[in-house]
Amino acid sequence: MSEKIKFTIDGKECEGQTGQLIVDAAADNGVYIPVLCHWRDVVPAGSCRICTVKVNGRFMAACTTPIEDACSVENNTPELQDIRKAIVEMLFVEGNHFCPACEKSGDCDLQALGYRYQMMVPRFPYAFERRELDAESPKIFLEKNRCIFCKRCIRMIKDEQGRSYFGFKGRGKHLEIALDKKLAENMSEELAMEAMKICPVGAILRKEVGFATPIGERKYDNVPIGSDIENLQK
Amino acid sequence: MKEKIISIVESNGKTPERLMDILLAVQEEFRCVSDEAVSLIASELGISEADVNQTKTFYHFFTSKPVGKYAVYMNNSATSVMSGMHEVVDEFENQAGIKFGETSPDGLISLDYTACIGMSDQEPAALINSVVFTELSREKVKKIYADMKAGKPVESMFSEYGDGNNADPLVKSMVKSNIRKAWPVCLGEYEVGKGLEKALATDSKSVIEEVKNSDLRGRGGAGFPTGLKWLFCSQEKETPYVMCNADEGEPGTFKDRILLTERTAMIFEGMTIAGYAIGAKEGILYLRYEYRYLKAFVEKVLEDLRSKNLLGKNILGKGFDFDIRVQFGAGAYVCGEESALIESTEGKRGEPRNRPPFPTQRGYNNKPTIINNVETFCSAVKIIENGADWYKKLGTEESSGTKLLSISGDCKLPGVYEVEWGMTIMEMLEMVGAEDVQAVQVSGPSGICVPPAQFDRKIAIEDLPTGGSMIVVGGHRDLLKDIVLNFMEFFEDESCGSCITCRSFNMILRKQIQRVIEGKSIKSDLDNMVAWGEIMKNTSRCGLGQSSANPVFTTIQNFRDLYESMVKDVEFKSDFDIDKAIAESCEYVGRPAKVHE
Repeated sequence: MSEKIKFTIDGKECEGQTGQLIVDAAADNGVYIPVLCHWRDVVPAGSCRICTVKVNGRFMAACTTPIEDACSVENNTPELQDIRKAIVEMLFVEGNHFCPACEKSGDCDLQALGYRYQMMVPRFPYAFERRELDAESPKIFLEKNRCIFCKRCIRMIKDEQGRSYFGFKGRGKHLEIALDKKLAENMSEELAMEAMKICPVGAILRKEVGFATPIGERKYDNVPIGSDIENLQK
Repeated sequence: MKEKIISIVESNGKTPERLMDILLAVQEEFRCVSDEAVSLIASELGISEADVNQTKTFYHFFTSKPVGKYAVYMNNSATSVMSGMHEVVDEFENQAGIKFGETSPDGLISLDYTACIGMSDQEPAALINSVVFTELSREKVKKIYADMKAGKPVESMFSEYGDGNNADPLVKSMVKSNIRKAWPVCLGEYEVGKGLEKALATDSKSVIEEVKNSDLRGRGGAGFPTGLKWLFCSQEKETPYVMCNADEGEPGTFKDRILLTERTAMIFEGMTIAGYAIGAKEGILYLRYEYRYLKAFVEKVLEDLRSKNLLGKNILGKGFDFDIRVQFGAGAYVCGEESALIESTEGKRGEPRNRPPFPTQRGYNNKPTIINNVETFCSAVKIIENGADWYKKLGTEESSGTKLLSISGDCKLPGVYEVEWGMTIMEMLEMVGAEDVQAVQVSGPSGICVPPAQFDRKIAIEDLPTGGSMIVVGGHRDLLKDIVLNFMEFFEDESCGSCITCRSFNMILRKQIQRVIEGKSIKSDLDNMVAWGEIMKNTSRCGLGQSSANPVFTTIQNFRDLYESMVKDVEFKSDFDIDKAIAESCEYVGRPAKVHE
């Protein structure tokens, strides 16, 4: 049974329910912890690590760790800010992200985090690995150069029988996202749009619909990512 | 093909949980798991092709295209390279007329690399159709290739077998056990069933209490108190599982191979005792595919135990039911991580799970599960047999008992040594006949590279903890190239990739080490490598990413002078090579590609 418990984030008194994940409990208290793979109420993947916080002094992923009574969470410390910035930079060098030419620009969580953490030049050398673009299915472009392996599509986009449309292929440096050819042939309009929406970057794009929302009117064009949560309790 | 695949799926219970067994059977039957096979398996199991491919493409030994009639997997671990792997590789390529990574046009032979196959004491070694070939040389390769040409079965390409059970009719392997030193715990006298009989004569709580009192800690490397793990699991409500981690993948370790060959029944006895202690009915031995050659033998030992009523229904007439099955892996180091091992056993990609919940709460099939190392189970048998007090007399105050060390590299007597905890590195080097030692890699790539100035340190959980891998690096070796780069390449290959810091930073660090070796680095690069490794350590999900920067950390810390002699002491050095950039266009116009003479 869930009970109310108290905890702190960077000294701020917060309240949450037992069993609630740190990232969700923080959001309910108006504290933004950045995420790329997390989606509320979906089984967490814990794959992007950008939500790394310190719980009672230990590094933990806020999207997989439940709050405990009286725990003390560090979130906006210089150390953690630098780690998050490094992860954003790392994602920019290991994939191929060219924002100006991307349909997702302005709606992209990775790009928005780049701005939030004021990334200028990545500290890591660019990998320039070339990856494929898969345009075989009728409704979706799979632009593998932009995939950040968050697993949202794998976890969330399924058919009535619970079969996944998306799956990983390979492992480690050869890891790539793949779309099940057979299932994709009969993918519904709604599911295709949903897949594009949940993708935090521009890896999953709906074919035939381009720039429906003009630049300037997109999610992060005028407000930084996370401001919806941070404005909650103002 | 269709009928065969349908029958394979059916004989494995037609369930996605047995996908590993299905894929292994298909790979062995058809030498690959083709797209057509994937499609059939998916429709038979009622899952998507994407899901079958998720599992299939995770493991090294599943291939989309057929491997050769003779599939050679050459071990490219550091010890193999140190023992002359490149010569062997060169000879294989000469003989077969193909490169590594290729299959000959006639389909006779395919050449590929694989990570450590647990033969570091008899390198260079390779698997050919899952038969182990050790101590390879140019001469041996010539003979092997001639035999392949003649169409000989792999098993009959040699007639001299190793010692002990390696010569058993069900094993018939050239592998040597190389047991150099035995202490009375794992490698001493052993009489099957004695420990179990004693356990069943008391109640389960007393068994856990005895193991707890012995201070036995996990022998896989992490060192978690075994008794505590059993206690936690026994307190859960649902019927738990016992799993044995025989996915010995840390490069340089091979001691579990010896236990699997020479103390097979003891492992199962330990699992059965654990099953009794926590109230389990079923145990699973997760065995790495590299040890496929032991399959028939291991299964025979299980049969023997059943016929002796030491396994199965109503064990020793005490009303306790427990049985064990063997689950094979298919080539993935990360499956040695316990939650990844569970995922793999459930037929999925071997990606570590998020914690909490811990396996003792929710493990295999979401039921409470204990997972212990092979050596831990063997130690538990003797603890029950002789008592915790007897056990605690061995070792040091904080590390009780003995430890099996797999010692390889530049020494006269590589092999397995059972020693009491507390031996110093210096004593160990004398024991194995090692001279002119530059460093000892303790606990494999994820461990510590120990310099001579620290050879007085103790092998013990409180000083130098280890899962047992000890690689001796002689003075003539190129530490960065032979060891550090090899290890980083290993981690880059073996990261599962599902948490992106481990996936990416291993790649980045490998490239940085390469730059140092190529003389392209500057001093500040060293501090960067340490800082970047810290980020990976602090943010990665499982032990792999948390420890895979260790080759870089521990060598920069302990061999700083070596690094500094290889980097330039300047503020900035561009990576841009203008000569290289204009080379192609210069070639067209017939001008030398040299901007600065």
